[in-house]
Parts: sequence; C-alpha cells; structure tokens
Amino acid sequence: MTAVVRWTRATAAGMAEALERGETTSVELTRAALRMTEMVDGAVHAYLHVDAEGALAQAAASDARRAAGAPLHALDGVPIAVKDVLTTTGLPTTCGSKILEGWIPPYDATVVARLKAAGLPILGKTNMDEFAMGSSTEHSAYGPTRNPWDLERIPGGSGGGSAAAVASFQAPLALGTDTGGSIRQPGAVTGTVGVKPTYGGVSRYGLVAMANSLDQVGPVTRTVLDAALLHELIGGHDPRDSTSIDQPLPGLVAAARQGAAGDLTGLRVGVIRELQGEGYQAGVLARFQESLELLTKAGAEVVEVSCPSFVHALATYYLVMPCEASSNLAKFDAMRYGLRVLPEGVDSPSAEEVMRATRDAGFGDEVKRRIILGTYALSSGYYDAYYGTAQRVRTLISRDFEAAFGQVDVLVSPTAPTTAFKLGEKLDDPLAMYLNDLATIPANLAGVPGISLPSGLADEDGLPAGFQVLAPAMADDRLYRVGAALEAALEERWGGPLLDKAPALEGGSK
Amino acid sequence: MTSETLVPFEDVLAAYDPALGLEVHVELNTATKMFCGCPAVFGGEPNTQVCPTCLGLPGAMPVVNGKAVESAIRIGLALNCDIAEWCRFARKNYFYPDMPKNFQTSQYDEPIAFNGYMDVTLPDEGGDGETFRVEIERAHMEEDTGKSTHVGGSTGRIHGADYSLVDYNRAGIPLIEIVTRPILGAGEKAPAVARAYVSQLRDLIVALGVSEARMDQGNLRADVNLSLSPKGSGTLGTRTETKNVNSFRSVERAVRFEMQRHAAILDAGQAIFQETRHWHEDTGITTAGRPKSDADDYRYFPEPDLVPVAPSREWVEELRGTLPENPVLRRARLQESWGYTDLEMRDVVAAGVMGEIEQTVAAGASPQAARKWWLSELSRRANDAGVEITDLGVTPAQVAAVQALVDAGTVNDKLARQVFDGLLAGEGTPEEIVEKRGLAVVSDEGALSAAVDKAIAENPDVADKIRDGKVAAAGALIGAVMKEMRGQADAGRVRELVLEKLT
Ligand SMILES: [Zn+2]
Repeated sequence: MTAVVRWTRATAAGMAEALERGETTSVELTRAALRMTEMVDGAVHAYLHVDAEGALAQAAASDARRAAGAPLHALDGVPIAVKDVLTTTGLPTTCGSKILEGWIPPYDATVVARLKAAGLPILGKTNMDEFAMGSSTEHSAYGPTRNPWDLERIPGGSGGGSAAAVASFQAPLALGTDTGGSIRQPGAVTGTVGVKPTYGGVSRYGLVAMANSLDQVGPVTRTVLDAALLHELIGGHDPRDSTSIDQPLPGLVAAARQGAAGDLTGLRVGVIRELQGEGYQAGVLARFQESLELLTKAGAEVVEVSCPSFVHALATYYLVMPCEASSNLAKFDAMRYGLRVLPEGVDSPSAEEVMRATRDAGFGDEVKRRIILGTYALSSGYYDAYYGTAQRVRTLISRDFEAAFGQVDVLVSPTAPTTAFKLGEKLDDPLAMYLNDLATIPANLAGVPGISLPSGLADEDGLPAGFQVLAPAMADDRLYRVGAALEAALEERWGGPLLDKAPALEGGSK
Repeated sequence: MTSETLVPFEDVLAAYDPALGLEVHVELNTATKMFCGCPAVFGGEPNTQVCPTCLGLPGAMPVVNGKAVESAIRIGLALNCDIAEWCRFARKNYFYPDMPKNFQTSQYDEPIAFNGYMDVTLPDEGGDGETFRVEIERAHMEEDTGKSTHVGGSTGRIHGADYSLVDYNRAGIPLIEIVTRPILGAGEKAPAVARAYVSQLRDLIVALGVSEARMDQGNLRADVNLSLSPKGSGTLGTRTETKNVNSFRSVERAVRFEMQRHAAILDAGQAIFQETRHWHEDTGITTAGRPKSDADDYRYFPEPDLVPVAPSREWVEELRGTLPENPVLRRARLQESWGYTDLEMRDVVAAGVMGEIEQTVAAGASPQAARKWWLSELSRRANDAGVEITDLGVTPAQVAAVQALVDAGTVNDKLARQVFDGLLAGEGTPEEIVEKRGLAVVSDEGALSAAVDKAIAENPDVADKIRDGKVAAAGALIGAVMKEMRGQADAGRVRELVLEKLT
C-alpha cells in the first residue's frame, strides 16, 4: 500500500492517533490528500478551489506545534475541505455562483475560524449547487460534481462537493451546510456520513445564507466518530450569531464511543410512517428494514409512529425557503463586490440598469426560479396565504416531532427516497428534483438534528442508500449513539466500511 | 395648474380641514451601531466605520444593540406608549445602492412601543396657553442607510448626476422612527401644532439624553404628511409626504405651504397626486419627489437572523424610573422658581429655550437675565441666520459668562452684544473677546468726567432744563456721553455724574 493510499483511507480519528503516536506528520497527511485530488478530481470535480500552498503551510505549522509538545486540539493537523458557501479569509468564496466569481472575503466564518484555531489545514473549497439550491450539484455555475461510485451519477446536493471529496478519499473531513438535506442526502447517495446539528447548535456567522431559519453547518465524514469529533469542534455558542444557543453541547464523542460498543438496550426507536412506502426505491427500503433489524438486535425497541403534518413539509419548505432566499440574494447587485455586468447598448447605464444586467447574467435558472417564487409569495396580499400559512404548518410539524419524541427517543427513516440518479435526469423537472428532500426537510423546519449514515447498497443498482436518525433539539448525542451502534453492526456484516466496495477511480488506486 | 399656485391661508381654512401626520427619525447616540460593533459616529473618512455586518457582506449576521433597545423603550415610555412584551425586527425589501443588503432591518407590525401621546403647548398671542394632544401610533427601531452623494448635474439629486458616491459609515446607525396618528382638528393651528410637536419632541429627546438631536446635522429628521378634506366632511383626503424638513420653522412653513398648494389643486377640481415632496429651505416651497402609493410593496417579513426582543416588565419599570420629569410638571416648577409671569413662560416655551434657560440659570445667571438673552438677542440672531436657536452655536454656559461680565460692570448690555458677535465668530471665551476687542467699559473717572463736562458744554439748553429740576432730560446728555465713549461706559455711572454736576 502506498503512503497516499494508506493515509487517505484512514479515518480522521485514525489520523489524529497516528499524529499523536508520531507515525506520521500533518504535512504527510496533507500531501497525501492533495495528491489524491490531483489524481481523481479531474473526474470527480469535488473542489472549486484547492489551496495546496496554504494547506501545506498550515500543516507545517501544526507539525511544529506538535514537535514543541503543544498541539491545539485532538484534530490538530488533520486536513479538511470546506463547502464554498462558508467565508474564508484570502480564499475565494463563490457559493457555486458566477455572481460571486473572484470574491475573496475579508473575514472567516466562525466555523472556519474554529478550524484554524484548532490547527486543521484547509485543503480547499468544495463544489455545490449555486447558493445551495439543488439536490444534485448540477446547479453549480462551475460544472457538476460526479458521484465517486458512478461518474455518470449525481453526488447529491447541494453539498455534493464535500460528500464526493470525502467519498473519494480526497479529504477525511469536510464541512457542509444543510437547509433541506444538503448534508444528509449527499451523504446517503455517496455512502458517507453527514450530520445536520440542532438549529442554533453551530454558528451560522459566515455561512452565506440561503434560508436563515433553516440553514445549519455540519460535519461530512466517513465515520460516525469522525463526525462527532468535528461536530464538537465547530459547535457551541457564538455571540455573532443571535440564533446560536447559549448552552453547552452534550458529549458527542462520548456518545459515539458508547454507541460503538453496540448496546442499545432500552432505546426506543420510532419509524416515521409518513416517510416510507410510495416513491421510495425498493432497494432503499430493503436496506432500511435490515438496519431496523440490527437495531432491534442491539436491544432497541422499534415501533411505528405517525407524524401526519410531514406530508405538508415539502410544500411548506418551498414557501419558507424561497421567501428568505429572495431577500438574502438581493445584496448581490454589483454595487460593492462580485460580478458587474454592464447592459448592452446603454451608453451611461444607471445603477438600476447595472443591477438588472448583473443579476440576469450572474444568477442561474434555479436561483432565479426561487427568487421569483419568494418575491411572489411575500408580495402584499399573498403574504398571509403563503408565508403566514407556511409558518403555521411549521408549527404543526414541530408539534408532530414533540408528540413523537414523547413516545420514542429517536425517529428514523430512509435519508433519501432513491439512490443516486443520473446526471441530467431530473435537471428539467424541478419538482422531481425537490422530492429528493422529502425525508430530510422536516428536521430543518423544526430545527431538530439529524444524521445520515450508509445502510448498504441497493440491490437493483448497487448504489449506496442512507439511513436517517432524528433526535430532539439539543439531543444531538442520541444521533451519535444510535449511529455508531448501527455503523458497527453494519460494518461487521459487510466486513469493513461500505466505501471499500466502491469502484476504483481512474488515476486513483485501491 | 402648477404647484406654485397657492390659495390664501384663510381661504384654505374656510373650505377645508387639514389632517397632519408626522414621522420623526431620531438618530441615537449609542456608542456602536444597531447591529454591529462599529462606532456610531457622524462624519469621519468615508467608509472607515464599517465591518462585514454593516456592509452587508455575504455571510455576515446582525446582533441587536441592547443600548439601542433601552433608548427605544425610554423614548416610548416618555411618549406614554405601551411597551411590547415581545416584538420582532422585520426586513423591508427594496433595492437602493445606499442600502448594503438591499433590505432595511426595521420593525413592521410589531413595534417596540405603541399607542402613546404627547401634549404640546402652542404659542398663543394674547390668549390662553393652549395644549394640543398629539397621539403617537408607534415608535420603532431600525437601522440608518448609507449616505449617497450625487456628483454632477445641478440639483444634487440623483437625476441628472454623472455618478454617485456612497458612504456606509452611517449605514447601521440606530434610528427610532416615531409616527403620529393622523392629527385632526388642528385647523388654522395645524402649522403651529406641527412645529410645536417637533420642537417639544426634540426637547424630550434631549432630556432623555438618547440623541444629539441636532436637526441641522440630521440627527432628527421630520417627514410631514398632509392632506385636506372638505370642511366638516370627516373624511381623509389624499396625502403628500414632504421629506427631511430640517428645522422647526421649516416644519411650520412646509405644512402651511402644502395646505395652500393642496387647496389650489382641489379648488380647481383636480386630484392630489400621492407622492413624496422635496422641501426647499431657500424658497420655502415643495417640489414633486417620487410617486408613493399605499401599495408600495416592501415584502416585509420577520428577520430570521434575529431573535425576538422581549423586554421584561421589571426592566421596563426600571427604565421608567430613569425618565426625566413630566414636561407639564417641570414647566410649572421652573416657572415658579424663576418667578416668570404666565406670558413670559409661554414665550419661553414657544421659543423652545426652556432647557437652555435652565442651564443658563444653573451656570449662575439670574432668571430674568437668562430670559432676556435667549428671547431677544439670541432669538433674533437665530432668526437672521435661519437656524434653530439651539443650533446657533452659543451655549448656556457662555450666556451665563457674558451675563457675569455685565453683572461685574465689565461690559454693559450693548457691549455684551458685541461679545456674542465674537462668540459666534469663534474668537474664544467671553473674557478673551472682551480683551481682544477692547470692549471693557471705561471706568476711568477722569475720562468719564471730562466727557460729561464736554456734553454739558455742547448742550447748554439741556443742561439748563436739568438745573431747573427736569431730571428726565438727563437722557439726552447720557446719550451724548455714551456716543463720545463709543458705548464703553457704564450708563448708570454717567447718569450719576451728570446729576452730581448739575443739581
Ligand atoms: Zn459594522
């Protein structure tokens, strides 16, 4: 096994231990990750921007700290990729949009600042649907990312870049953001782990908002334990984010380690009746059932619970999200930063004409679609019928969660209804695209945390399926306990991580 | 019909009832901006008091300034408002380059303070002091926009400009917008009510200490809504909104002008066009701004990046305890302690200098002397300069210092006026001005005596009258001596000398 393969296939926890034991250096880990990117990312296109120089400098600094006996954090020196929707001082931040091409933020998102303060070298910025609007990463203005399991298929979205980077071993860790499933659904279709924390559990300062009341930053990893390590690092109160919760996080790493021991005795698991059946691929449901059996075997009690309002979640989401997005995206007007397009055939254009020309040229179709939807829904005379009603349904969905969590400790469902579809398959059918997020959206609407982890390969296409666990707000530790227990049971059955079954990529080696 | 066609004011009142509405923006004097830690200072090098939040950079988030909430609550309480137990900020969406996010973070249907009133005292020639109750609909918190400067073109407005510059130092400075309910029944007093309301609102803001409240600096900006309806109809007519009227006097003039202009249009059987109007200080007229319909669609919705503001009742009561004295009680107390007649006090209130006189007295001047300077000399100068008396640039401490010089016999009233000239010209303290300008009264008895002798010699017939016991004739000789001394003599001492020599 070459050093590149050895060090790129290790988990973040494994890398941290190897660094601790002096078996490797941060520079070696970072070089291996960058080398893997050179080999496979021409095909995968997980990154929009790779910062080899910056990452290696941070790695060297980490090694120096460790040599001096003063590492900053357990993950000091473990490299990471960051979704391009989070601001990074000195590195481009485009949000997958032409309208921000060339913009270099003068400040770090709080989560990025925390990564830097803990000594994690930042490998680069990952691809995404434009302004996180999509479920396939095909809406990136810079071209799609491809699924490492099958390059003709989508890696999910909007965070397809982060999921694909981790699935193709270009990074052990990545940051994603989840507004309606943008961390969890890509996790499901790429065979990786993704967590959407409790709303307010991780700072949104520096996250270029799509829908402020739904967005959360979260970990994208290959194992449940790695996700817990990263979540603990980025989580916690931030005075710059007024919606951030001023309470200590429950012990996430401890919960993951406890869960990995495999004993779930006394745990009550609720299967959400409304999130299965019609529209769900047979192979996805089969893997879901198997996972339930493993949970039962580990001592959990599995029951079915009903959340009747969830059938309205998608419609509610497609009112709340565009309303907030239409307002958030108003700032992109060519006046202060980013793209500036002058209208053709106008001698001395006014500010308004420049705004119009720039927004016409700079935004893609899906972004324009949502701006128009949101502008319409917020218009005078429609506000109550649309935004107002959506907020009331949101309350009902929260009440369904409350009632369900009165009966069970966690709720479960398949993460996405299908495995990865082919590039272009749903591009012209926005409604079909939106249906991918059917099972992930309720958690965002209610602000509760969720995790997706691989449940196996669907029989009909051999592609990964995802298993979703949801917990009450601020009980993120339950995700890690249940997730780690299921992961351990599944890996025992598979004889190793699911990603070992992924085909080798051109240029990459196994 | 042009907008310049006006109906005489009396004729307006014969046919129409005016309805007023006033929206006043108060820029708070908090140390930092509404939603970020940038200094909230007026001026400075353009675009130096800015950060990702007030520049609206992608990803930046707002955090509410607690001190601004406190000021808003105190203003609300002072205006007899209810204070919301729970309220939110909202986004007011519209595109304009001086607004970094292309939405203004404001409050919409959940203001922090609502349902209040202010009793304003009207200046009233000869009649009873009349108070008029102005009902307050709401006072809400919002952020200021950046400041655009339009370069090129003749008007300084965006239309016709070659290019525009934007300074975001002002973007995000906390504002409180205070909105009245329609003010009905003011009739002929509508212009005076408008002026008195803005003037007394300013006094209140100053007493609360929450703003510099200088209209000439834009800390306090008034928008004047006006409509007319046929007399006795009880309906509301179409209104116009005259923006940024920046002195008390202009508020009064703008109301009067719009009443006369509306009446001319209505008399001609035409309809008022609902629009904003620009006020022109120099010509005293308004001109058309932009159309404004009630259907202006700002697509308000609650700001999702901020949590609701929920001031505890304990805190509100604590803040109530910090309010300045009730204006009516305060007025009665000061009148008694100063010994002013009702008429004198009313003039003081109408001139908006009660606070100034209070401070002048506190600095050592007698109440009568303080009243004399503020109501005559300084009022006249403010009028001549076309500024508010409080913006004239003379402080109560300076007025007291000038009066102290008078009391000490260093200058007389006439010379004191020249000291004010010096103060306005920035020549230093009153003492320094007396020194520099050589204004001190001549107390050299020899020179004075010689001047009196000269005056007697030059006016033998007047001198004879005085010798015959007509003491009242002394004035003519005193005047001659004062002229000879170029005013730099103590008139009382001159009188004594004249009488000594002739009786
Ligand atoms: Zn700022």
